[in-house]
Amino acid sequence: MMKRDQVLEILAEHIPETVVVPVFQSAFDWMKIRPHPLNYLCLGAMGQASSHALGLALGMPQERIVVLDGDGSLLMNLGSLVTIGSLKPRNLVHFVSHNGIYEVNGRYPIPGGRAIHFDRIAKEAGYAYTCSFSELEVFRREIKNILSVPGPVFVSLHVEAGKEYPKDYVVIHSAESRDTFRTAIRRRMSGS
Amino acid sequence: MVRSNRSAVSLPAPLKGASLIRSLKQSHVEVVVALPDIVTCDAILWPITRDADFTLVPVCKEDEGVSICAALSYCNRRAVLLMQHTGFLDSINAIRSIAMEYQMPIVMIVGLQGMEPDRAPLDSDRLGIRILQPICSAMGLSCKVLTADSHAALVSESIDWAYENSQPTALLIATTPE
Repeated sequence: MMKRDQVLEILAEHIPETVVVPVFQSAFDWMKIRPHPLNYLCLGAMGQASSHALGLALGMPQERIVVLDGDGSLLMNLGSLVTIGSLKPRNLVHFVSHNGIYEVNGRYPIPGGRAIHFDRIAKEAGYAYTCSFSELEVFRREIKNILSVPGPVFVSLHVEAGKEYPKDYVVIHSAESRDTFRTAIRRRMSGS
Repeated sequence: MVRSNRSAVSLPAPLKGASLIRSLKQSHVEVVVALPDIVTCDAILWPITRDADFTLVPVCKEDEGVSICAALSYCNRRAVLLMQHTGFLDSINAIRSIAMEYQMPIVMIVGLQGMEPDRAPLDSDRLGIRILQPICSAMGLSCKVLTADSHAALVSESIDWAYENSQPTALLIATTPE
């Protein structure tokens, strides 16, 4: 089983400047692994990461948008897979950390646990490319190719928790985080 | 002989879909995120679907639209979310957090399905309609009721206000537009 933070560390090497939409536990890991003004942290409600990412993908078709979803979160917004699969934004890469539990909500099992095949659901929903990983070295070998194929791409990551990172809920809901992202994205869009 | 004076009463012209769509364009709305509802489908959603000036984003559930509109606003793209009042009610948590607490310019055009003619929403027999304005008031969400064609101007005013002040707003469509 892969450790989530180890997966994210490998991913961060490949997307040092990309717009990333991380959710809850992935966000807490990601903020330490790749702190960056183009991290879109303020999602508001559980389940909404993929929809925020779709909005960014539609608003900036020239930019690659990466979403780091959670399994419990995605289950709250499964319809977004069909919305994304229908619109087919080529610049959207959707990762889901599948650990089978609501990690920040008491580590309680999600419905379906580890038996769900999110990548198959995404494929049937219309994603252009889908895959899943459970071995770190295979992920390390394949990630560059995955990031080069036209989207929407869906990647299911079979993980367990890695190192403990601070759960900074203040930052992921703060006006400062939104202002930081707004400034950074407008700078990126203007090319300055 | 008793003569009816009904012709002497001049009723305001009913809201027209074309007027509302013109207001969207006037306010530089590029993206319409939508689920169909019976009140707005024929006069607003279908014409928008055929209008190349808009990018239509059909969603499976209304709270997706709240997030999509929020994200688009970071990219300087103006959007509206078109939905039925039941979808508004279903999306309260996303509206509470993303629109209200984050102060994002989410413009919601809400069809009141089942609204009785010649009544105000607050006087509706339908609970789902009667509670809409009190819910908006409780959240501090700006809310306007549109019935007449003269109200179409409120659409562009509300959109411009929302984006200039980074605040959400709800426009309740209380009669089926022509």
